[in-house]
Amino acid sequence: MSASKIDLSGSNIDQSGSKVDLRATPQLRARRTRASVFRWLCQAMTLSAVAFLGLLLFQVVRDAWGWLDWNFLSSFPSRRPENAGIKGALFGTLWMISFTALISVPVGVAAALYLEEYARPGRLNTLIQINIANLAGVPSIVYGILGLALFVRGVGLGKSVLAASLTMSLLILPVIIIAAREAIRAVPSSLRQAAYALGATRWQTVRHHVLPSALPGILTGVILALSRAIGEAAPLIMTGALAFVAFVPRSPMDDFTALPIQIYNWASRPQAEFHHLAAAAIVVLLVVLFAMNSLAIVLRQRASGR
Amino acid sequence: MKRAQSPPGAVAAQGQTMSDSEPRSPARAEGSPAGRPDAAIQGGVLETRDLVVRYGDTAAIKGVSLAIPERSITAIIGPSGCGKSTLLRTLNRMNDFIPSVSIGGRIYYRGLDLYRPDVDPVEVRRRIGMVFQKPNPFPKSIYRNVAWGPQINGLDANLPELVERSLRKAALWEEVKDRLHDPATSLSGGQQQRLCIARALAMEPEVILMDEPCSALDPVSTAHIEDLMFELKERYTIVIVTHNMQQAARVSDHTAFLEAGELIEFGDTNRIFTKPEVARTEEYVTGRFG
Amino acid sequence: MSLARRRTLRRDGVEEGIRAGLFLCALVSVATTAGIIGVLAFEAFEFFREVPLTEFLLGTRWTPLFEPRSFGVLPLVGGTFMIVIGSSVVAVPLGLASAIFLSEYAGARLRGVLKPVLEILAGVPTVVYGYFALTFVTPILQRFFPETRVFNAASASIVVGIMILPLIASLCDDALRAVPEELRQGAFALGATRMEVSLRVVVPAALSGVLASFVLAVSRAIGETMAVTLAAGQTPNLTFDFRESIQTMTAYIVQVSLGDAPAGTVAYKTLFAVAALLFVITLSMNLIAHRVLGRFREVYE
Repeated sequence: MSASKIDLSGSNIDQSGSKVDLRATPQLRARRTRASVFRWLCQAMTLSAVAFLGLLLFQVVRDAWGWLDWNFLSSFPSRRPENAGIKGALFGTLWMISFTALISVPVGVAAALYLEEYARPGRLNTLIQINIANLAGVPSIVYGILGLALFVRGVGLGKSVLAASLTMSLLILPVIIIAAREAIRAVPSSLRQAAYALGATRWQTVRHHVLPSALPGILTGVILALSRAIGEAAPLIMTGALAFVAFVPRSPMDDFTALPIQIYNWASRPQAEFHHLAAAAIVVLLVVLFAMNSLAIVLRQRASGR
Repeated sequence: MKRAQSPPGAVAAQGQTMSDSEPRSPARAEGSPAGRPDAAIQGGVLETRDLVVRYGDTAAIKGVSLAIPERSITAIIGPSGCGKSTLLRTLNRMNDFIPSVSIGGRIYYRGLDLYRPDVDPVEVRRRIGMVFQKPNPFPKSIYRNVAWGPQINGLDANLPELVERSLRKAALWEEVKDRLHDPATSLSGGQQQRLCIARALAMEPEVILMDEPCSALDPVSTAHIEDLMFELKERYTIVIVTHNMQQAARVSDHTAFLEAGELIEFGDTNRIFTKPEVARTEEYVTGRFG
Repeated sequence: MSLARRRTLRRDGVEEGIRAGLFLCALVSVATTAGIIGVLAFEAFEFFREVPLTEFLLGTRWTPLFEPRSFGVLPLVGGTFMIVIGSSVVAVPLGLASAIFLSEYAGARLRGVLKPVLEILAGVPTVVYGYFALTFVTPILQRFFPETRVFNAASASIVVGIMILPLIASLCDDALRAVPEELRQGAFALGATRMEVSLRVVVPAALSGVLASFVLAVSRAIGETMAVTLAAGQTPNLTFDFRESIQTMTAYIVQVSLGDAPAGTVAYKTLFAVAALLFVITLSMNLIAHRVLGRFREVYE
């Protein structure tokens, strides 16, 4: 077919020959400018959040410079800043987090398994779910008070590692449960159906298929929860973690101190030397946290990349 | 036909979600108008009588009476949403996992009421296996996929031999015999589905339910599986749900036509597709709707 | 050929036992809440037998630890409130802007870099923020506003703001991304700029999630302890001047437990009264936030 001109006579289209003008009107240009400014503003604000982090890290490292050495890591706190170190705090934190993990991880994963695999929809279970969501938002110092009343005084554990670990476990339990539930929920239901269709019981299905599948996600959540516990000071203050501890715990019933407590103690002293000590301890704490979070991120990539 | 002997002091149906206990809905829908099975296949290995299945208030199956004959392939066809999959899943109590489900009427397996309180759904599923629409092998090795079912059910007398036997029956052995410990996910779609069939066969069931087993596969794999079904029906009873009428016509010995939860017609496949008794059946198989 | 159970009783026993065990673990969370409420209620009740509720809630002098004793909690509430206001001023605009940038403008790679950074910001322990406030922010503030005290509300507010910023950014980002793409496309097709689409279409559509994130962030700011204890001070002070030293409810709780008020005295019991008030406030805010989040979640599903 040869291209013939379309007969537009009788239509409303302007045929005078002038081209259609698609250039921006002044109003549009103004809107565009505003839009660009807005974008730039949002970007700047986001980057400033990043900048805060950089600033904070820079400051801390600068303050800690020269104060963080092997001596620091292997000494106990002292009235003389030059001799002070975080050995007691490091070991205390280690003990505390180990026991916390031992207590909170099985309970949390078990609770998540119950809620996702066994629970019937009903009033009790809705209550449990709302309850967990609320617990996640309770200030950590309130957990400290609970720990004080229940474990330190009530059960009579005193100001021990065990009392603190139990308290910390309660604190991070909602976090673990929520993360574990998500991981369990992400396991495709076709997997469960296949197992049930072969005549498996619920526990057999959960144990052999659901839990192994959900494990990377659960581990990620656990690591993040534990890294939160490492940084918490308020509950430990309430359960009586001391600040001037010149020994390493030898049993779960011993008194102890932890890194955040030591940091708080040094930071609240007026002398500048103690501030440097606090900064050095902060660097140690941040390194530990960074390692844990990197591990969690790696695990998360592996879980979703499968 | 033996009735089940309940062991003395048998506990009530095991604690899985909801509907393991006596889920009887009193409403009995009208029997299907022309669901009269051909005389020769009355009271087959699986039989439903006035089966009603509800999800909450909606009835998905409204009074279906159907007898599945032994050692043959029965196809269930019908337009989408007619309840084919629901019907299939009731046969091995896979519907138990849906909290709002309730079952009315009866389902008999060799004369035994499947939904009696002392019947253990786990035992039911050992005898009545299932293959799903989308192949769903476990994220484990090929060997473990086939071996897992027998192992947890205590049937692991001679596992490697059982695995080989099942893979041979599923026409997969030659292709995987040298890589039994490779992950099942490394197989193609068609191979995975045959693996799922092998997995079901390893349980030595009597009946195999197949829920649109080929709809996620390419034509070549589909042909393999259809060939497989011909071989299997010599030993097993197969019930297949399919939305592909040509497949039903090719493969099955008997066909049930469902529409909107009711059994419109059931009978010999040749007859259903050439001289159906009910007008609606004829309209469906000639493609006038669905 | 019996369909009844083989090995039934033993397997059933195991299954039931496992189910019961898992259920008990789930109940631990309920027990925790019961424990918190029980302890706070009991001890607070003991306190209110000696100090009238009205004096507590309406009084404006808080000197429970030395004579003449006064138990008006408003200065503490005021201190907490100042932190809330100050941190919101920092966190809300920055958080929301970051969320808009992340969800509406940033490409996948940039998101992949920025989101982890925000998560790191959220993971920094609060003592570190307190230290930062005390040693860095306060001196800078003192340079620009000479009357700023060593302990002041402003510096604490700023760092708490930075602390809750990632929470707002992350929740708002989720909320914004949940808005269906069709809505944006429709607006673009009408010739809108991306700013107009973001501000006039997407944010309003995600409003419930955005507001809920603010409420949750505020709740966290209220419960924040270490940063305010280090940076804001220990002086109960009912004021609106951010340059002054104040005391929040949480900082007071720390002060009492580190101090030497003997257990059983009224002075000591103030700890529980303040904690009870704190708990009630944060619980209410969390409940509100979840209601708001929950109610509008089905809009697009």
